Amino acid sequence: MEFELTEDQETIQQMAKEFAEQKLAPTVEEREEQHVFDRGLVNEMCEAGFNGICFPEAYGGAGGDYLSYILAVEELSKVDDGMGITLSVNVSLCAGPIMAYGTEEQKQKYLRPIAEGAHVGAFGLTEPNAGTDAAAQQTVAKPEGDYYILNGNKIFITNGSEADTYVVFAMTDKTKGLRGISAFILEKGMPGFSFGKRESKMGGHTSITTELVFKDVKVPKENLLGKVGEGFKIAMTTLDAGRIGVAAQALGIADAAMNYAIKYSKERVQFGKPISSFQAIAFKIADMAMKIDAARFLVYRAACLKNAGKPFSKEAAMAKAYASDVAMEVTTDAVQVYGGYGYTTDYPVERLMRNAKITQIYEGTNEVQRMVISGALLR
Amino acid sequence: MEIVVCIKQVPDTTEVKIDPVTNTLIRQGVPSIVNPFDKNALEAALQLKDKYGARVTVISMGPPQAKAALKECLSMGADTAILVSDRAFGGADTLATSYTLAACIRKIGKVDVIFCGKQAIDGDTAQVGPETEEHLGIPQVTYVSNLDIKGDTAIVDRECEDGYEVIEVKMPVLMSVIKSAAFEPRFPTIKGKMKANRAEIAVWSAADVKADEKRIGLTGSPTKVSKIFSPPRRVQGILIAEPTAKESVTVLLDKLAEAKIV
Repeated sequence: MEFELTEDQETIQQMAKEFAEQKLAPTVEEREEQHVFDRGLVNEMCEAGFNGICFPEAYGGAGGDYLSYILAVEELSKVDDGMGITLSVNVSLCAGPIMAYGTEEQKQKYLRPIAEGAHVGAFGLTEPNAGTDAAAQQTVAKPEGDYYILNGNKIFITNGSEADTYVVFAMTDKTKGLRGISAFILEKGMPGFSFGKRESKMGGHTSITTELVFKDVKVPKENLLGKVGEGFKIAMTTLDAGRIGVAAQALGIADAAMNYAIKYSKERVQFGKPISSFQAIAFKIADMAMKIDAARFLVYRAACLKNAGKPFSKEAAMAKAYASDVAMEVTTDAVQVYGGYGYTTDYPVERLMRNAKITQIYEGTNEVQRMVISGALLR
Repeated sequence: MEIVVCIKQVPDTTEVKIDPVTNTLIRQGVPSIVNPFDKNALEAALQLKDKYGARVTVISMGPPQAKAALKECLSMGADTAILVSDRAFGGADTLATSYTLAACIRKIGKVDVIFCGKQAIDGDTAQVGPETEEHLGIPQVTYVSNLDIKGDTAIVDRECEDGYEVIEVKMPVLMSVIKSAAFEPRFPTIKGKMKANRAEIAVWSAADVKADEKRIGLTGSPTKVSKIFSPPRRVQGILIAEPTAKESVTVLLDKLAEAKIV
């Protein structure tokens, strides 16, 4: 077992770090405060090639591995977690299932523009009454001639109204339950496909979250992703991979919070000494570092397993649940280190604490992750 | 169009420390980067490539570590990179360096435009570019802030202290480029970076570029550095602009008295 990154992995990690520091850091606080999803910046991120890291060159990618992409999500999230999740959704939730289940035509038409950085992607599974119970889908797709007619709506969709390509799930046969769900590729601008309200959230304001509304949307049959009835399997395997991205986002948030806490504790003087010289603070920092490193190795392991084509569902669930729980703990402790200042919006740890929370919820709540882990162990 | 960009790997700091005993730059512990002005020069070359199609070759004279700087240029979009490296080049001053670069460019063959940064941030001489042009016997334009090409002519904005000149110059030409809005270096793409990681960089020796051994390295360097020092910081002047000349004079006299000059 080796703990060294390859030259390509280091290159991408360094590039993501530079991109985050040069392009994202100067405006992140302002964008967060004013709830700005900056499409120009997202385009710059896409055009720099981050979407394409782990896809083959034949589809416009760079031919890198999954860990390289995960390192990029982590680095971007250290500065701007909203950009981290935008990347993760583009890659894991939209381009990922097209790569895994798409036809050659679908890959050239939909995967390539994402991998090349021209398009943004989204993923529509969650509905008002189908969250963890994903099988309770009420969006329906009815075959009609050369088309499927989609009706229904999806909520909490990351990249929502800003995406170009959508992987959407709908019931093609209600009598079959889980096996009655199918996956489709939708394009922005298809007649009948519109957007509902932008969600007003606790945090993550540099990322946009919107409702998708389908009213008699005619989706060509060639846009069926995978086979009829394969939708639930596609959704679950896609989320398995997506979780590693969320885990990397959480890792980035936690790491940023720890570094802010270290810096502040060395500067803040009480009783004539920097507060870092008090064990109450120093040990908090030590605990942060231990938890973050443990989370990091879970995340990297899951990425390496996926890359090697080995089963990684349980390990991805572990990485996601653990890293996001760590992000919540570390950011909460970072606010504590800052004391009263930490609770104000003048310092970044308040933002990190708010934004850590969502990582425990989306792409499968941490309770679902524990179901996946225990399910695998108690089988 | 054939374009050559001359680059230098420099320590990543604008405050280079100087060894007081040997009068040379202290490089230990300082990360290396591509000289920032050379990145502007590369950007100028890549813009011509985007607009008119060109082959961009990046060259550098330096130790084997300078390959990293050349790879960075490849990741931004340069087509090929050549490192001119030989123990015999060690200790070169600007004359020997420019002679070596000119020899390298001659070996490359027909070149339409040669770009370099206006100066390197470590030595700050701004001599190597113009000297290279002298060895090659072609026209040069220094302090270029923008340019375009029409046929075999380059139309160039040349920055001066009080504005800029617009110069027309026939190619082949050497231009030294300043940091300007037009030449803000592009962010390399990931694909470019990974391709650069795998790129083989050609290394040319003194013999490869048919360099006269008396004109390279320490032997070919007439410059002897007797002393290097950081000049003392100049105190910023103040502007006395009272409503009337009389009042200004009063303030001025007060200041001079304060400084015990009058």
